[in-house]
Amino acid sequence: MSATAERKPAGGRKIAPRVDMPCQPAGERIRNFDEVALGYTQQMATEEAKRCLQCKNPKCVKGCPVEVPIKDFIGQLAKGDLEGAYRTIKSTNSLPSVCGRVCPQENQCEGACVLNAKGQPVAIGRLERYVADTYMALDACNYLSAKLTCPAVDPDLRVACIGSGPASLTVAGYLSSRGIKVTVFEALHEVGGVLVYGIPEFRLPKSAIVEKEVQALRTQEVDFVTNWVGGRTFSVDDLFAEGYRAVFIGVGAGLPRFLGIPGENLTGVFSANEYLTRVNLGRAYAFPDYDTPVYQGRNVTVYGGGNVAMDAARTAQRLGAESVRIVYRRTRDELPARHEELEHAEEEGVILELLANPVTFHGDEMGRLTGVTLQRMRLGEPDASGRRSPVPVEGDTYDLPTDLAIIAVGTRPNPILLEATPQLKLSRRGYIEVDEETGETSIPNVFAGGDIVTGAATVILAMGAGRRAAKEIRRRIQGDG
Amino acid sequence: MPCKILEKERLIPGQTSKLVIDAPHIAKKAQPGNFVILRVCEKGERIPLTIADADPERGTITIVYLVMGKSTALLETLDAGDSILDLCGPLGKPTHIEKAGTVICVGGGTGIAAMHHIAKGHHKAGNHVVAVIGARSKDLLLFYDELSSFCPEVLVSTDDGSFGHKGLVTDLLRQRLKTDKTVSEVVAVGPVPMMAAVAKTTEPFGVKTTVSLNSIMVDGIGMCGACRVSVGGETRFACVDGPEFDGHKVDFNELRQRLAAFKPQEKASYDHHCKCTCAGEK
Repeated sequence: MSATAERKPAGGRKIAPRVDMPCQPAGERIRNFDEVALGYTQQMATEEAKRCLQCKNPKCVKGCPVEVPIKDFIGQLAKGDLEGAYRTIKSTNSLPSVCGRVCPQENQCEGACVLNAKGQPVAIGRLERYVADTYMALDACNYLSAKLTCPAVDPDLRVACIGSGPASLTVAGYLSSRGIKVTVFEALHEVGGVLVYGIPEFRLPKSAIVEKEVQALRTQEVDFVTNWVGGRTFSVDDLFAEGYRAVFIGVGAGLPRFLGIPGENLTGVFSANEYLTRVNLGRAYAFPDYDTPVYQGRNVTVYGGGNVAMDAARTAQRLGAESVRIVYRRTRDELPARHEELEHAEEEGVILELLANPVTFHGDEMGRLTGVTLQRMRLGEPDASGRRSPVPVEGDTYDLPTDLAIIAVGTRPNPILLEATPQLKLSRRGYIEVDEETGETSIPNVFAGGDIVTGAATVILAMGAGRRAAKEIRRRIQGDG
Repeated sequence: MPCKILEKERLIPGQTSKLVIDAPHIAKKAQPGNFVILRVCEKGERIPLTIADADPERGTITIVYLVMGKSTALLETLDAGDSILDLCGPLGKPTHIEKAGTVICVGGGTGIAAMHHIAKGHHKAGNHVVAVIGARSKDLLLFYDELSSFCPEVLVSTDDGSFGHKGLVTDLLRQRLKTDKTVSEVVAVGPVPMMAAVAKTTEPFGVKTTVSLNSIMVDGIGMCGACRVSVGGETRFACVDGPEFDGHKVDFNELRQRLAAFKPQEKASYDHHCKCTCAGEK
């Protein structure tokens, strides 16, 4: 890019508009579980990459929790150097095809992009996805060729990860590519954590994307052990007794929160975790070919406004609901979900029931959910966090018929590993306390990261935490050299 | 990692079987009251089953199941030498066991097998264990010999009077509680109506009563809340807070309704399975 453009980003050169992402039409996609966003073509990607101003002090990189050298990879892509772009991303991000799809870019890299001042930031997430997908599709060998530059894995330098979500996969990728033998223990029967049980197929294809990433780790001699529950099948002490030099805990967020209102245990009321786990991990969308069933809702209500609420609502829409409503106590502007998810949900016909808060669920004599009473809300004064808090409008309640209610209001820490490891120091909220620099817990050589430290957050923050811990683990095991 | 079935015994042909499974990692940690989650095949559902016995030296666990839907029907097609695709455990909080005197362990149906492991734990802790077990008829009674091998007393009731007392386990339990003031705890494992009846029977006597709940579960590791149950007006998760709870505080009516949540789908899945297997597919 020219020096002039860099100096006068807003005036000197006319910047082309951001290239739209091609999508499956809403009318079609609500009948299937295929991925919604179809990905850029080469022409689109090149065009979009050329919009980047190649700033001298790129702000986008600071907005990225794993500090992907964004400017560099986009520069390489603009010149047609796909392999270089891929290597640049992969140098700090072990799951680029996942992050390109699920990161909240608008709050991170794209939010920091100088072009965002005009609401048209470079589509960094889409370009990251393009590079990862295209490179992977070129040739599986090429994809893994980075391995040729990796040192041989030393079987005596063993590190264990508990949980196989994005935090642990990042630790495994970082350490195995530096010659350390990693074993990942997963409690469920499939590897990937939230990428598998939580995020739906139409947003993150399981076999095309997640399995490929896991497969790449396997070729780096990472071992995966499924059906092993940290805190039940084995303890942290067992791992050290077996010769592991360090342990990384990435067991994720756990127990679903409920609303604490009457009627919540009626049949037909589900946590989003249960609903999504049935459909994603259990492939209940293919019932009865697959054995795990899911509740068929006619009038579905979803409670909460985050990405999980969007995922649940859009899943219900695809499973043939007549109406799907997201009940949220604030307004559209405060919805915490990724912009793209909200837009896609609305295109697919999901209705937003805003400024409403559930009071009671109603059921029939068989204990089945039939309806809900909602309290109308209004926005009051800003609270400590600066957000205007919702307050009830006195006496203004109304009823909605609903036979499937999905609660997506967050999680509490899963107690299994924490109760089995009483030496672990916990925060006031009950999550694992770690050293901010190293990710180390109160137990020496035991590290933790992801939702079990922060509470429910994003894939990329978990990966950032994994990377931080992995760096320290490597330093301890191999020294500073 | 698939786990191999070492022995299979058809306790009630076509209905109830016992499997001894090679699972040293689970056997080493299994305690009375624990359960496992298993999946029979690639498209299968995760189902919870209570551990009926564990042998850490041999590295085996024992499970007993009633064929009542597709997953258990698939399990029933496996024989010794076959493997179970996914086996995960031991899960749940172990039974709280301390030396307390006389403990009555009540079991009904396949619950007798699950109760067996708990009774054994109480016996090992030095308690005087009275087993009270019931079935519709003598042919359907499980684990009589196993329990008799260590319980000083095994009381039996059958609906048709073909063995032991003609009537219900709660008749025997009430009789015992009336005359025996040394009973410190009653444990009940079985169908929901039986556990509810046991809790109702013991209540006037003020005897501590523990029930082991068989809620619907998906992951079994505290993630989904499918197994939630009201205990003393509070919502608890059977998989991580239980599966054992104070029988006097459990809302059995809610539990019964929640267990029926997927009845139509369970039937559809089982019918689909029968249709496929009859048509010669696997």
